[in-house]
Amino acid sequence: MDLGPHAAFIWSSYAIVGVTIAALITWLYADGRRQAAALKDLEARGVKRRTSVPSHADDNHAAGSL
Amino acid sequence: MQTITQKLANPTRFMQLSGIVLPWIAGAAAAILCYGLFLVFAVAPIDYQQGETVKIMYIHVPSAWLAMMAYGLVALSSFGLLVFRHPLADVSAKAAVPIGAAFTFLALFTGSLWGKPMWGTYWVWDARLTSVLILFFLYLGLMALRSSLDDESTAAKLTAVLALVGVAILPIIKFSVDWWNTLHQPSTGLTSTIDPSMRIPLLIMALGFTLLFFAMHMKAMRNEVLRRRVKALRLSDIARRDGRTSQPTPAAG
Repeated sequence: MDLGPHAAFIWSSYAIVGVTIAALITWLYADGRRQAAALKDLEARGVKRRTSVPSHADDNHAAGSL
Repeated sequence: MQTITQKLANPTRFMQLSGIVLPWIAGAAAAILCYGLFLVFAVAPIDYQQGETVKIMYIHVPSAWLAMMAYGLVALSSFGLLVFRHPLADVSAKAAVPIGAAFTFLALFTGSLWGKPMWGTYWVWDARLTSVLILFFLYLGLMALRSSLDDESTAAKLTAVLALVGVAILPIIKFSVDWWNTLHQPSTGLTSTIDPSMRIPLLIMALGFTLLFFAMHMKAMRNEVLRRRVKALRLSDIARRDGRTSQPTPAAG
């Protein structure tokens, strides 16, 4: 496929997009697996979630604990 | 009758729903992007002035659109947090920032690679380019601010305020090519300014990119919900252990 005199610019543009998106997807999957493994480990140890402390529970609820 | 956002306010329901929807969105994104790339490299004509380099448009324009759309989503989520205290608003905002930053980087980088053969320079302090660079710094600022604060709730509120203040950059980027005399061409309008033989592949690539963004955003939100559950369980574990060690031991004998 002949992309003319500026082929290098075209291919490197597509390459950087491909690499960046691949890196994003890899990071998302690795992060997901890490969080799931940590959660499974904690639950296997019988750790239960505490009811949130009322002092600023609405804040916690809004942004913190889920 | 609950609205869709209220229904999704429950993280457990969000995890169930997104677990079902995510593979479909990701699959559709992959299929549409493959079809778009086929159109770009096998069907779309070359430009009478730019020649083959017009092919960079099919990844540069969607990246630029997503850079702005993602920031709009961050601002909307931040508004949802500060005004409605929606439990997933901060999760959505936090998840969207790194992805938005990545697409802003891609818009700048591919634009620069397109600029060198067409304008003769990788960079010029043009209104459009400069305002997108400021958007990139905003993304980095949001990530830096959040990572500098330990308390989740404080971090959420401060980044939400910064995000809402920064939303002013979006109209500046959008209208920079109209307000100032810029090297960057006017907006690639979806109606008249581009021939259908190029507009259709561009629309298909934009749709594929957008679905890809939402798939990644949904995945990042799921990760964030898990992260917060792990954090809550760890805190609970520590509290439980502290509770056990601090109980008075009965006097010996």
